[in-house]
Amino acid sequence: KFDVANIAEWTNQIQEVPIGNTSADGGSRGKRVLLGGEKALPFFPDAPMPNRNQVTIDVFDMRLGLAKAVKENYDDVMDNPGEWAKKNVEKFNADMITIHLISTDPLIKDTSPKDAAKTVEEVLQAVDVPIAIGGSGNPQKDPEVLAKAAEVAEGERCLIASASLNLDYAKIAEAAVKYDHDILSWTQLDMNAQKELNRKLMKQCNVPRDRIIMDPTTAALGYGLDYAYTNMERIRLAALMGDEELTFPMSSGTTNAWGARESWMVSSPLKEDSDWGPREYRGPIWEIITGLSLAIAGNDLFMMMHPTSVAVLKHITQTLF
Amino acid sequence: MKINSPLEAYKYLPQTNCGECGEATCMAFASKLIDRSGKTTDCLPLIKEKKFAKKLAELDRLLAPEIREVVIGVGDRAVKIGGDDVLYRHKLTFFNKTKMFFDVTDTMEDAALVDRVKSIANFKKFYVGRNLLIDGVAIRSVSNDPAKFSAAVKKVSEVGIPMIFCSFNPAVLKAGLEAAKDANPLLYAANKDNWKEVGELALEYNVPVVVSAINDLDTLKSLTKTFSDAGIKNIVLDPGTYPSGKGMKDSFTNFLKIRRAGIMGDTEIAYPILALPFTAWMSGISDPVSASYWETAMAAVFTIRYGDVMILHSLEPYATLPEVHLAETIYTDPRTPVAVDSKMYKVGTPDENSPVLFTTNFALTYYTVESDLSSNGINCYLLAVNTDGIGVEAAVAGGQLTADKVKDAFEKSGFDLKTDVNHNTVITPGLAARLQGDLEDKLGAKVLVGPMDSGRLPGFMEKNWPPKK
Ligand code: B12
Ligand code: SF4
Repeated sequence: KFDVANIAEWTNQIQEVPIGNTSADGGSRGKRVLLGGEKALPFFPDAPMPNRNQVTIDVFDMRLGLAKAVKENYDDVMDNPGEWAKKNVEKFNADMITIHLISTDPLIKDTSPKDAAKTVEEVLQAVDVPIAIGGSGNPQKDPEVLAKAAEVAEGERCLIASASLNLDYAKIAEAAVKYDHDILSWTQLDMNAQKELNRKLMKQCNVPRDRIIMDPTTAALGYGLDYAYTNMERIRLAALMGDEELTFPMSSGTTNAWGARESWMVSSPLKEDSDWGPREYRGPIWEIITGLSLAIAGNDLFMMMHPTSVAVLKHITQTLF
Repeated sequence: MKINSPLEAYKYLPQTNCGECGEATCMAFASKLIDRSGKTTDCLPLIKEKKFAKKLAELDRLLAPEIREVVIGVGDRAVKIGGDDVLYRHKLTFFNKTKMFFDVTDTMEDAALVDRVKSIANFKKFYVGRNLLIDGVAIRSVSNDPAKFSAAVKKVSEVGIPMIFCSFNPAVLKAGLEAAKDANPLLYAANKDNWKEVGELALEYNVPVVVSAINDLDTLKSLTKTFSDAGIKNIVLDPGTYPSGKGMKDSFTNFLKIRRAGIMGDTEIAYPILALPFTAWMSGISDPVSASYWETAMAAVFTIRYGDVMILHSLEPYATLPEVHLAETIYTDPRTPVAVDSKMYKVGTPDENSPVLFTTNFALTYYTVESDLSSNGINCYLLAVNTDGIGVEAAVAGGQLTADKVKDAFEKSGFDLKTDVNHNTVITPGLAARLQGDLEDKLGAKVLVGPMDSGRLPGFMEKNWPPKK
């Protein structure tokens, strides 16, 4: 007879974190997304997985350069964030959308926090799924932009992306708590830094546990996925085994896969390589495999772009669910 | 392995600290045995002297990986599967990456068959200084005709890459074995109906064999035990790979359970596992690109969770490229970053007017920079500074990339900025800009700060090279 025991050391449950407030919660979202709650590694038989993986599809607040295979799908809506958000939900089956306020970057358009807030309102009007709000990545400006965005989205329980150690995370955290949002705790492939930031958010900024989601950084397949995969797996295992500073759901910037040369280059730069074939098929599968690997490592929420990637990732993770 | 501290291994060593293994002490060597970077055969006294024979045998038994290693094929392209000791790669590393076999059938036209086998054998994807390959051919007997199968095997075996013979008919398998003597193919498969005959073939021809019991771990384990009791050592497990629905979830669960049991010491099931992502093509997906994507996704799932060898179908590059990259990702050793030799490299055909640049010896960094330079036709000298395999920014932050390290690398490379080129100038990575002043002092050379991303080097060169006097 074949027999194998469950893992006895997995004693801790991952915090369950809701995103989005419905009218019952005091918001205007049509549904809530629930992340986390696991008591075992994803899809493992040791304990049922309470919540399935979720996908949020990117929207940008201005037209920008994207890989050709991605751009084809959005060309008609790229000048209108509201329409873009709608398309993601209605046509591409997004569980959530992420609005990236990149035009606020001083080196791009330097639009004001007020303009950014308008975009956020527009998106909240256009769709009723929960939303994530991202800055431009500029550490000086993001706190201000995200605080303003949090204010106009009060009561909607958005995911504010992100707090990190190299900017004024306290300002962002404060706004998130004050206006009823969740916060993304982002560090770069360093488990100890992740613990440090989570600790600061909880202890110093008084962010409740059910408002923290972690982004431990996604490196693409072939470009550091070995680090990203193992970082997430280690974080999840440590959490299950009792590390209370790491018992949070995780989110992945899966779109980083489009930075891999294999996903966008027309052909291999090396003549010795076997033929790389048509790139329009390479990009989406690069995004799928990057995301799927991290799903297996413990990631809960996926920030994605290509509609085919979204569909296949959802299909396979829900088959294993 | 059955022991986990150097002290336990030390007990079985000669304890003379003779140094023949290359380590200063037996204790240091014992650590290498435990982290699997050394083998008992490296201790010459232990293997040569008769009086240690018993200790050696015992030590080898204790050090043997939990999951049995099995070899498929012969010669240069033979592959080894199994050999793992842990369930998570960060606990040590995974050994013997997942091997990918692509299918052909014994009903294919000769020319098509040979073509396909050649493209399998010749597949190559360059990645950080090595070529990622695909591993072998799985010949499926669709005809169920021994003569047809034998003919197909003959054709395939001429190419000289490892083979899996796929049939439940012992007569077909036997015909294949006769057609390719000593090729050491993997037999697929013995199940509860044919195990006697297939087991006999495995013994008679001394080849590895798959034991198959679909979604039935009790039968899988008892068949495996029967085989091992009969003296068959090289066994591979097939718990079935369903391509969809609850069946797929069950397959995933079975892989997890088998590997967990094996690592935890159930030796009766501690064998490599076979996954069959090509079943994606039987799941009713009609569009070929979608079927291929599904197959690749299945391959990813079972590369990560314990598939040691797999049979695949789609040879489209959008399937094979992610497949080989993921196997490499999961199986690279997390203890040491992949690095290139620290030395001066020539890109193209540089002369005394050509620029001199430096970067780190992290393989991903080095090859990214190298290909940005060579694919844009920039002839230059590129120094890989030894940063212990860390990329530019992390190495600057962590202290592995300093002006002293760069100077040291120049000295060791034997390259002289004063005589080998006529401009006495060095270009740094943009992310190492803060080293500029210190470098100018230490090297006594002019230092130009290059762009942050090496992809922008061509534009940078146009503007800044040759340097103004
Ligand atoms: C992967 C990674 C790691 C990996 C390193 C793996 C490895 N083998 O290198 C690990 C997890 C080990 C790691 C550890 C640390 N990291 Co780290 N890490 C990263 C990460 C996510 C990606 C770096 C990377 O691999 N990039 C890809 C490679 C190919 O890039 P590259 O080497 O820089 O090469 C490019 C350019 O430099 C340029 N280039 C290269 N050579 C040349 C040459 C010339 C002439 C020119 C012109 C251009 C050029 O072109 C290349 C291609 O674009 C970055 C954040 C990020 N997203 O960038 C942080 C980052 C680099 N890490 C950081 C830190 C602080 C650390 C740690 C100190 C953290 C800690 N507290 O432990 C340690 C230090 C480790 C050590 N040095 O021993 C910081 C650095 C901050 C700073 N600027 O000072 C970063 C920026 C993250 C952050 N924002 O906090 N890290
Ligand atoms: S060769 Fe053997 S006996 Fe000599 S030092 Fe190494 S481990 Fe010890």
